[in-house]
Amino acid sequence: MKKIEAIIRPEKLDAVKDALSAKGMLGMTVTHVSGRGRQKGIALQWRAGEYRVDFLPKIKIELVLSDEECQPAVETICRAAKTGREGDGMIFVLPVENAYRVRTSDSGDVCVTVK
Amino acid sequence: MNSGDTAWILVSTALVMLMTPALAFFYGGMVRRKNLLSTIMMSFAILCMISVLWVIYGYTMAFGPDVKGLIGNFSWFGLMGVGQNPSTVYAVTVPHLAFMAFQATFAIITVALWTGAVVERIKFGALLAFAALWFTLVYCPIAHWVWGGGGWLAQMGALDFAGGTVVHVNAGISALALAMVLGPRKGFREGETMEPNNIPYVVLGAALLWFGWFGFNAGSALTAGGLASSAFITTNTAAASAGFTWMVLGWIHRRPSVVGAATGAVVGLVAITPAAGFVQPWAAIPIGAIGSIISYYVMVWRAKANKVDESLDVFACHGMGGTWGALATGIFATTAVNPAGSGLIDGNWKQVFIQILAIAATMVFSFGVSWLLAKALKATMGLRVKEEEEAVGLDISQHGENAYGGIS
Repeated sequence: MKKIEAIIRPEKLDAVKDALSAKGMLGMTVTHVSGRGRQKGIALQWRAGEYRVDFLPKIKIELVLSDEECQPAVETICRAAKTGREGDGMIFVLPVENAYRVRTSDSGDVCVTVK
Repeated sequence: MNSGDTAWILVSTALVMLMTPALAFFYGGMVRRKNLLSTIMMSFAILCMISVLWVIYGYTMAFGPDVKGLIGNFSWFGLMGVGQNPSTVYAVTVPHLAFMAFQATFAIITVALWTGAVVERIKFGALLAFAALWFTLVYCPIAHWVWGGGGWLAQMGALDFAGGTVVHVNAGISALALAMVLGPRKGFREGETMEPNNIPYVVLGAALLWFGWFGFNAGSALTAGGLASSAFITTNTAAASAGFTWMVLGWIHRRPSVVGAATGAVVGLVAITPAAGFVQPWAAIPIGAIGSIISYYVMVWRAKANKVDESLDVFACHGMGGTWGALATGIFATTAVNPAGSGLIDGNWKQVFIQILAIAATMVFSFGVSWLLAKALKATMGLRVKEEEEAVGLDISQHGENAYGGIS
C-alpha cells in the first residue's frame, strides 16, 4: 500500500480530480497549504510599491492506493497538473502500513482498491 | 432654531460616528491576521473613551469661553449650560447639544487616526493612556485655536472648513512622533513579510469612511442648504479623483492595486476636508489628484528609507494629505462659494501664508507634545508589549481572543 502526496497548483485541482475519477480513483483528501519550491516567493502589490510573499498557496492531495495502482495514479496526476512552468509542484510517494474503513472495520488492500 | 438644520446636523453626527468603526476595518484589514482584533479594538475603545471624556471636559476645553486664544475655560464642564437652545457663538440655528455631539465625533476619529502608526506592538493600556493625554493636551487646544470662539488661528484668518489642520495634519504628525518613540515592529528592519490579512475589509472601511465623510464635510456647513450641497459634491469629486489617480500610479508602477485605489480615495477625502466648503466643484479634481500624487511618493520614500515603522502610513495619508489640503484651501478658496474665505484665485495671496502658518503651528505643537507624552509614558508604564507577546500577536496577548477561532 502506498500514499501519494501531491502538491499542485490550486487551479489544477479540478483537472487532477477529474483525471483520477476517470480511472476510478475516487477517494482523496485535499488541503490548502502554503509552500515554496526553487522559484521561492512572488511580489504582490501594496499601496505604494510591492511586498514579497515567501510562500505561495498550493493544494495538497493525499490518496492511498495499492502498490500496483500507485504508478498509474502518479502519471495521471503529473499529466493533469502540468503547465510546464515553474511552480507546478511535487509528488511524494510513501509506504503505508495498513488502512481501515471506519464504517465496516475492513482492513488492508480492500479498503483502497480501485472500483 | 431651524428644524432642517437640526435634522441635518444630527444625521451628520451619526455619519461621522460611523467613520471610527470604518477606520477600524480600514486599518484592521491591513495588519497581519494575529493583530486584526487588536487593531479594530484601538478605534472601538477610543470611540467609547473619548465620547465620555468629551462630555465631561473635552467640549468645554475646545469650545468653551476663550482664554487668551489658547484654550476654552471650564465653565461648560460636564455640559453645564449646554442645552437644547442654540449657542450664541456656534451653529446658531441648531441646539447647542447637537453642535456639541457633532464635534464629539470629530474628536473621536482624530484620536483613532494615529493608531495606524502603532499597530501590532503597542501595549493596550499604554495606547489608552496616550489617547487620553493626547486628546486633552493636543486635540482640545488645537481644536480651540482653529474652531473655538476666539482661538488665535481663527482670529488670524486661517481657513479650515472641516479639519485639515485640526484633524489630519494633527493626527498625521503625531503618528510620526509616536512611531519614532515606540520603535519598529519586530522584523520590520529585516524586511520580514507583513502580509495584510483582509483586503476586502480595507475596501469596506474605505467605502464607509467615504460615506461618513459626507457628514464630516457637508455637515460642517452646520446648515442644510447650498453650502452643505457644495461641500457634498466637492467631497465626492475629490475622493473619486484621488482614488482614480492612485490606481493609475500603481498601474504605471506595475498593477492597479485595490488597496491603492481605496487608500487614494481616503487621501482625496483628507485633502478636500479643509477646502470642502470654500472651493468650487472643479477645484476638487486637482485637489484630490495632487493629494494622491504627494501621498503616494511620500509612501514610496518611507518604504525605501525603511527607518521609521509608521506602520499604516498615517503621516503620508493624513499628514501630507492634510497639509496639501490646507495649502490648497489657500489657493482655491473663493467668495463665490463662501463669503468667509478667499484664496489665491481671488487674488488674496496672503491667505496662502496664513495657511502655511496654521500648518506649521499645528505641526510643531502637535509633534512636540506627542513626542514628550510618548517619552514620558515610555519611561513610566512602558509602551511596548513583551517580545513574545508581539510574536504571538496582540489579539491573544492583549485581548485573549482570536479573530477567526475554531477549526470547523
